[in-house]
Amino acid sequence: MLLCLPLLAQNSGHLSVGEPQKVSAKRGAAVEAKIRLAVQPGFHVNSNTPSDEYLIPLKLTWKSTGALEAGPVAYPKPAMEKYEFSEKPLSVFTGNFELTAHFKVAANAPAGPGAAVGQLRYQACSDKACFPPKTVEVAVPYSVQ
Amino acid sequence: MSVLRLIAAISTALALGYVSVGCSPTPSVKAASVKPDKERKVAPDFALKDADGKLVHLSDYKGKVVIVDFWATWCEPCKIEIPWFMDMQRKNKDKGLEVLGVAMDDEGWEAVKPFAQSLGINYRLVMGNDQTAQMYGGVDALPTTFLIDRAGKIAAVHVGLTSKKDFEDGIEALLNNSAPGIVRDDQAGNAVVPPAAGSK
Repeated sequence: MLLCLPLLAQNSGHLSVGEPQKVSAKRGAAVEAKIRLAVQPGFHVNSNTPSDEYLIPLKLTWKSTGALEAGPVAYPKPAMEKYEFSEKPLSVFTGNFELTAHFKVAANAPAGPGAAVGQLRYQACSDKACFPPKTVEVAVPYSVQ
Repeated sequence: MSVLRLIAAISTALALGYVSVGCSPTPSVKAASVKPDKERKVAPDFALKDADGKLVHLSDYKGKVVIVDFWATWCEPCKIEIPWFMDMQRKNKDKGLEVLGVAMDDEGWEAVKPFAQSLGINYRLVMGNDQTAQMYGGVDALPTTFLIDRAGKIAAVHVGLTSKKDFEDGIEALLNNSAPGIVRDDQAGNAVVPPAAGSK
């Protein structure tokens, strides 16, 4: 399993991304990386399945994964929160939460270090205002044994 | 927002004279009521395209009270205020009120047009950009709404969801307070300036 350090590496506006821990994995092995995220108190981000078609979902996509083959990204169960500005509860993430990124190390992967690099897009609001969508880089370093 | 952009935004906003920076993570703005005339700053003019590609200048609206609403389709609080503005436009157009919605969607009209149609927005929309947002103090939080008086000066700014009554009170105050030289509105809602002395 790939685990992230509790240290928050990237603070972009209202959401911080934890710094991933470098992991070692064998060829052909299935691995997963926990990516820790923290939303600033008093704010929320839309979940990966927002309540309205116009709302921008939180989404992690991989740009390059090196010797890893990208699998699905698992998102936590969102909270349904009611805000002053919404007539119905919205599907959101607040506080600290984790994404789990699944990978498989390629059977013919060369030994040595690398990094899977992706982009996390999100859009944050308070209970009064919303802020433009942002994209932050997420890197999962690895080492193939 | 980068630190430099934030500093620039706050500096511009302070220069425009309508932002007070508090201790919260984001700049807070307190201007719920309409400012006295002598404290108002001239609203920066802009040239933005409407849905038909026609260039719209804020200065086109001089002589009118203008609500300039920075919004986006992904902004839920904006969706609360939009019907209010539609209602205000309907009730006060003949008195000289115009609402101008400045959309801040990166996807442009592709996102904004169907959204506007679904809500039946009855006022003019233009596509905003970062440059215009910077001119207005680095608009970051949406909705951000400026009330512009008939002389083209910023009379109030509301950041975030505001009460309908605050808008109504501000508009009423501005509509009832004609700019110097403006006597009344004609039937079409245009400001009528009295002819200069000696002219026919």
